[in-house]
Amino acid sequence: MTASDSHAPDEAAGLPSALPRPEGERERLEAVWRSPRGWRVITEVNNTVIGYFYIATAFLFFLLAGILGLLIRLQLAVPGNDFLSPQTYNQIFTMHGTVMMFLFAVPAVEAVGILLLPQMLGARDLPFPRLGAFAFWAYFVGGLVFFCTLFFGTAPDGGWFMYPPLTGERFSPGIGADWWLLGIGFIEISAIAGAIEIIVGVLRTRAPGMTLTKMPIFAWTLLIFAGMIVFAFPAVILATILLELERAFGWPFFIAEKGGDPLLWQHLFWFFGHPEVYIIFLPAAGMVSMIVPTMARVPLVGYRLIVVALIAVGFFSFGLWVHHMFTTGIPARSLGFFSAASMAVAIPSGIQVFAWIATIAAGRLRITVPSLFVIGFLIIFTLGGLTGVMVAMVPFDRQAHDSYFVVAHLHYVLFGGMVFPLFAAIYYWAPAFSRRPLSERLGRWSFGLIFLGFNIAFLPMHVTGLIGMPRRVYTYPAGMGWETLNLVSTLGAFMLAAGILVFLVDVISNIRLTTAEPAGNVWDAGSLEWLPNHAFGTRSIPRIDSREPLWDRPSLVREVEAGAHYLPRTATGGRETIVTSPVEAEPQYVMRLTGPGYAHFAAAVFTAGFFLLLTVKAVVLAGLCGIGAIVAIMRWMWECDQAPVGEIDIGGGVRLPSYASGSMSHSWWAMVVLMLVAAALYLSYLFGYLYLWTVAPQVWPGREQLSALPALLVPMVLLIVSGLLLEASRRLLDGGGGRRGIIAVLLLLGAIALVGALGVDILQHWRAGLRPQTSGYAAMVYANAALQAQIAGAVLLSAGFAAARLATGRVDRIRRVVFDNLALLWAYSLGQAAFGLALTHGFPRLVAT
Amino acid sequence: MKVLRALVLGTGLLMLTACQRQSALAPAGEEAARVALLSWILFAGAAVIFAVVLVALGFAIAGPERIRRWLRAEAAIRLWGIAFPAVTLAVLLGYGLWLMRETVANPRQPEMRVEVTGEQFWWRVTYDGPAGKPVAEANEIRIPVGVEVEFVLRSADVIHSFWVPSLGGKLDMIPGRTNRMWLKAERPGIYRGQCAEYCGTAHAQMALEIVAMPQPEFDAWLAAADSPPAPAGEAVERGAALFLASGCGACHAVRGTPAAGAIGPDLSRMGGRRFLAAATVPNTTENLARFIVEPAALKPGSLMPPFAILSGEERQAIANYLASLK
Repeated sequence: MTASDSHAPDEAAGLPSALPRPEGERERLEAVWRSPRGWRVITEVNNTVIGYFYIATAFLFFLLAGILGLLIRLQLAVPGNDFLSPQTYNQIFTMHGTVMMFLFAVPAVEAVGILLLPQMLGARDLPFPRLGAFAFWAYFVGGLVFFCTLFFGTAPDGGWFMYPPLTGERFSPGIGADWWLLGIGFIEISAIAGAIEIIVGVLRTRAPGMTLTKMPIFAWTLLIFAGMIVFAFPAVILATILLELERAFGWPFFIAEKGGDPLLWQHLFWFFGHPEVYIIFLPAAGMVSMIVPTMARVPLVGYRLIVVALIAVGFFSFGLWVHHMFTTGIPARSLGFFSAASMAVAIPSGIQVFAWIATIAAGRLRITVPSLFVIGFLIIFTLGGLTGVMVAMVPFDRQAHDSYFVVAHLHYVLFGGMVFPLFAAIYYWAPAFSRRPLSERLGRWSFGLIFLGFNIAFLPMHVTGLIGMPRRVYTYPAGMGWETLNLVSTLGAFMLAAGILVFLVDVISNIRLTTAEPAGNVWDAGSLEWLPNHAFGTRSIPRIDSREPLWDRPSLVREVEAGAHYLPRTATGGRETIVTSPVEAEPQYVMRLTGPGYAHFAAAVFTAGFFLLLTVKAVVLAGLCGIGAIVAIMRWMWECDQAPVGEIDIGGGVRLPSYASGSMSHSWWAMVVLMLVAAALYLSYLFGYLYLWTVAPQVWPGREQLSALPALLVPMVLLIVSGLLLEASRRLLDGGGGRRGIIAVLLLLGAIALVGALGVDILQHWRAGLRPQTSGYAAMVYANAALQAQIAGAVLLSAGFAAARLATGRVDRIRRVVFDNLALLWAYSLGQAAFGLALTHGFPRLVAT
Repeated sequence: MKVLRALVLGTGLLMLTACQRQSALAPAGEEAARVALLSWILFAGAAVIFAVVLVALGFAIAGPERIRRWLRAEAAIRLWGIAFPAVTLAVLLGYGLWLMRETVANPRQPEMRVEVTGEQFWWRVTYDGPAGKPVAEANEIRIPVGVEVEFVLRSADVIHSFWVPSLGGKLDMIPGRTNRMWLKAERPGIYRGQCAEYCGTAHAQMALEIVAMPQPEFDAWLAAADSPPAPAGEAVERGAALFLASGCGACHAVRGTPAAGAIGPDLSRMGGRRFLAAATVPNTTENLARFIVEPAALKPGSLMPPFAILSGEERQAIANYLASLK
């Protein structure tokens, strides 16, 4: 469709950009967003292409982990089976859970987010395209290597929950547990990178006028999803750091004889692990909230109630991790509290279920394949929710816990709550990205087989568990009454697999991905992602004044495609998108996006190499990879923060700056979120520190062993000096930034002072004879140093980077995002370091006897 | 409602006939009975709620306009999505807390105490003996019927979980901690239990049996603990000598003999147990002999080294000796 044939002039009047658009404008836009051809496609950063890679990879892991599930079912089909050895079985069930949770569920949701969000929000791309691509490649390389350990018999075998002491050095001397700790720890970092991208994307790149209350529910769920990742993942990252330190260097965080505690791991793990369930479920619920209104052809009923419910779930889910620990012998009072919280979280889910039912009742549900998967989801998820209430009852849970009842429950919740919506989503959104939609006929077969197979496989397990079969057993004796149920489960599992196979056939025969001519809005949906969809999103970016803009303004499709709305061109000759205010979505500036490049790709490969080589104890090679990763990241960042080019006319008389700094900048927002991640990590540490004291106060130092107070003096002075140097450089920059060389030197000195403060502190502990291997207390003191060093190291590198930018004239009073971000991280690091000093020196003094 | 309840109970009963020994739905103790009742209440309630959701969904898709108009109102969401679950859950929570008072909240003076320590991959059992002396046992726990027994649960290595479904819920055994639970068997019988926390290679084969017997029988059995039978007959005597000569006593103890090892299970009354290798295989002399030569063949992951150097005749002799210890 071209501009000239679509509009009568009077219809176009009042739209921001005059029609017809100048010759060659669209071609220039296309050229800027064109993907590199051939193998160079790996350098692409555009969300559509990365989204395809991401979804395909996540689905690959779904299939691989699914095959592991089938192997489990084969082994358990009959009692006393010797199809798999216990060693192999234990690796397989560990990998099944780990891969499904970490390599499929979370990445799949992020993948759908990365693919859909910009389109849904009316942006050209996400705000940090290279970060998204980096997160993907890190996940791709790390995930594949991690999975392949299974073929060498060196996969982890401690369960996806990795409870020490079983996973400690003494009981798991091989490298399997290290694969888990380093591999998964690293993939969590990739998930956090994706979460930062999603938060800033949702809050800052919505189409003008798309206020928070007009935002599609899916975007709401992704916002909450990403926010939960920010607070939940650091807990498990800390846990993996501590366990790896214990395994590698003998720091006894989880060893009871030395004042550690195995339960510390469980608290940290489930503080992540429970929210994780909702992290997976919420976006899936968001998908359902998009599909149901389209299929019923009415706006969602209870939009505000659903938003409140989603926020409530996000909030509650952090308060019920102990319900995974009901059988550990914790006091009755805590049991009561967490039991109540676990039940309360059912209410927001009830709201959503009845809001979907209300929406269906308000319209006329078309029975399409997406609708079928949604109905399947409603049925299965409701059952999973009901059994969830059962296991929230402490007395019941003491029977059901770690039995097949819980296996049934968790699959009803996760497979029902996430996989069914995901299939619905794939069938629903395929036409937005593929030349052909998926087949309704194959889709119905696929749904039928999956739905029946799933229930045949997992419904009997409720009974299997209650009549005594524990989880994670590689075999069971005959005569326990479990044979028939297990055989039925196995048959169901294969039926389910057949349904997935039919789906694959459908995908292979019908999906033809394109960034140019997708099948389009075959469902007659109302949200923005159904506008004609290209690599650059929409041709022009409309102002939004309703939740279903395509229903309320049918002409929007033609107008947008003709270029009648905002920014129908490339204004700077590069990729760009409009940044809007976080709540009201008023345009603020035009963000310039980075294009394809090798640096982020190299950074991802090197980062993966660093962690993976560390696992196999190839320290030198790992070190080289680490340096390579840092160099590559610096190279990648060097091209960001481009110089301002003056004001840009986006149409309709709106002129926007091409640069922003301070709290208006998208980059500032990302930095703040990153600091929240760091703070969550440190808070988890603080919890661990205090927790170990409550468990084993006897290994805390007595009065006579405490360090003298002057020990604090040197580090404190150095921290203050560091802060003063930062402040001085800020004033110099504010004052015109003429003396850039001096600022650069001040920054370097200040960062060195920060690192020095931490170095002096830990040196003093060492000189005083404290060794991390001796007790849980000592290990915690050194763990504090390790965490501080992480951030301080980042400050030092960033200071070096900023100094180089200053020296080459790339930072000044206006173009100062690099400096601002450094200052934020620096200030945070100073605060955390000071707090760490106060904690490690003050707390033992406070409690010493 | 009535039909549904009958249906649920019917299926339940059907299942019960198949599985008596390790089932939460076939309670033989107070605690298990309370939870079994709770389970049936929960199932029935869940069935009703599930039916409500299904009917609502069905009506929303294809029901008469009158009902659909009612379902689409936000008031319906507030009623069924907020008010109804809030009330139901509050009631359930109250019931659950009341039940917990019985189970966990109430430490009490036990009439009898058994210490159980989880080890990879078996259970170390210690009774308070008649003379106040501890009596060591393994993998088979005898208790008197009708007496509330305190189980003192510990771990020697990794986390295990003590679970005998017919008597009550499970409780973890965690290194560095001591957990206590109270179980009472209402009638004589043999109740099987199994480790419920994944503990490594042979987690699947870490089972145990609780043998509930009348008090007098139990007392007699415990009283006999101090006087193991002397080896009788030539074959058994040869086995006893071989047992010591082969170094079995380094890990295993047999009361009244120089064998005093504390690493593996106490074998003083080995012959009286129903099963070998933590309730994994029946206790026959053939299985005993096989276990001695290649423990991992019967129980993969068993930490006992193989004794392949013993001849077939020697193994048999040791097995005969062990079988005689009752």
